[in-house]
Amino acid sequence: MSVTGAPPAPSAKAEVRKPSTRRRLVPYWLLLPGILWLLVFFALPMVYQASTSVQTGSLEKGFEVTWHFRTYWDALPDYYPQFIRSLLYAGTATLLCLLLGYPLAYLIAFKAGRWRNLVLVLVVAPFFTSFLIRTLAWKTILADGGAVVDVLNTLHVLDVTAWLGWTENNRVLATPMAVVCGLTYNFLPFMILPLYTSLERIDGRLHEAAGDLYATPATTFRKVTLPLSMPGVVSGTLLTFIPASGDYVNAELLGSTDTKMVGSVIQSQFLRVLDYPTAAALSFILMAVVLLVVTVYIRRSGTEDLV
Amino acid sequence: MPVLRWIRRNLVVLAGLLTLAYMILPNVVVMVFSFNRPGGRFNYAWQEFSLDAWKDPCGVADLCGSLSLSLRIALWATVGATALGTMIAFALVRYRFRARGAVNSLIFLPMAMPEVVMAASLLTLFLNMGAELGFWTVLIAHIMFCLSFVVTAVKARVMSMDPKLEEAARDLYAGPVQTFVRVTLPIAAPGIAAGALLAFALSFDDFIITNFNAGSTVTFPMFVWGSAQRGTPVQINVIGTAMFVIAVTVVLAGQIVANRRKSNAGK
Repeated sequence: MSVTGAPPAPSAKAEVRKPSTRRRLVPYWLLLPGILWLLVFFALPMVYQASTSVQTGSLEKGFEVTWHFRTYWDALPDYYPQFIRSLLYAGTATLLCLLLGYPLAYLIAFKAGRWRNLVLVLVVAPFFTSFLIRTLAWKTILADGGAVVDVLNTLHVLDVTAWLGWTENNRVLATPMAVVCGLTYNFLPFMILPLYTSLERIDGRLHEAAGDLYATPATTFRKVTLPLSMPGVVSGTLLTFIPASGDYVNAELLGSTDTKMVGSVIQSQFLRVLDYPTAAALSFILMAVVLLVVTVYIRRSGTEDLV
Repeated sequence: MPVLRWIRRNLVVLAGLLTLAYMILPNVVVMVFSFNRPGGRFNYAWQEFSLDAWKDPCGVADLCGSLSLSLRIALWATVGATALGTMIAFALVRYRFRARGAVNSLIFLPMAMPEVVMAASLLTLFLNMGAELGFWTVLIAHIMFCLSFVVTAVKARVMSMDPKLEEAARDLYAGPVQTFVRVTLPIAAPGIAAGALLAFALSFDDFIITNFNAGSTVTFPMFVWGSAQRGTPVQINVIGTAMFVIAVTVVLAGQIVANRRKSNAGK
């Protein structure tokens, strides 16, 4: 790193300058091990991946950098459905997380009173039961002939969702709805915690002031609470959308072959098909798309100083 | 209609509680099904009450081995990521230096990257280096992705610290080491503890990055993943339930201790 960035002390003043030079080097010594770790095991792998994505060859003959961008052009038409699906599922799950998470975050911040800590624990605690086990539990909950499916069938909800293409054949498991349900569930805490943090910072007197000025609760929410909680909304959205877009666990466990997300493709290309260039190209495209979406979103929401 | 009016007035609370129920439901299912005696290989449908799995949680081959492996990896990853991350956090908050922006983005990027991208690129590196996949590659990967989260947690705490306390210590002739150990570290401790706890939870529960970089090594999440294809033993539910109960107990106990301290300090 830029340890050498500090100018060397002139020798004539060496005795006077020595302690201050040493002090100036302190931050670099503190940074060195961690930053080296990230450079070698985060940044360098990205470079390797970039080079792998423009290689051609096979596992038997070996791979060679040929600067063939064809891998990208071949991968896109083959796998664009999985790409679109990933963005669509992740986007829907993020929106649902926001709709479900906001009332709960609001409840914890303003209404829970002495129950606040307990509710917070209940939000975080599911984290500690392995998320794969919890995702498998959804298989039981959404099972054909289970209570949830029966209720939805009786209320004719499944007819509507089937018409929308979310479910099939009066079942929920192995449909897009199951995958989105799993994604929403798994990433809810990532939405609730930032929302709660930003709601908690709001001064309760602002609500009273709005009420004194004859604002209805709805107006108070729209004009005071929501704008002030925007940093939480933005970071919650990012913390939900980014991991959800690359996830393949929910799609694999709760979905079918028709609900595969791009993560599944990358995983199987890398670990089963062993077509490294295609896998690398796909994950590069995913990274680019996510970074693009995130950048545009942060610009739009006007909270650039957030990160 | 007083009922309707009550519902309208408490709409937020009701919606919040429904979300809470949605979040707890799978945990309840995991718990209930830990007392099941499944009919076939999969523990998805209720058959009959049984305590067998609780009496013999390690009765399934490789389950407790994978559990102890996950615990060991999470422990070392926590130690590594907390040490490296705390140093970075102090450097970022306490010092002005060149390349600060670059360091900040390098910390932020791993959190803004889908896990599968990091997992795949790390595997490319290991394959190119000819590294043998296993314990060490998983540990390296876990320290890498936990690092940013530790930095963020510790940074938040260090930022809210008053540097005057350390100045006061120095005025009272405390040496730099003494100041750090007796003043700085105790004040930063809650942030460091939060970072460490987060690192432990993230590492212990990680599946995607481990899946790519573990080779034939099987961690607990990977064992669960494999069992989803071959047949899920009830013992998985037992372990899940135990983890949930332990976590809730530990967190609640911590809260109670913190509350005590706060009320003692208030006296």
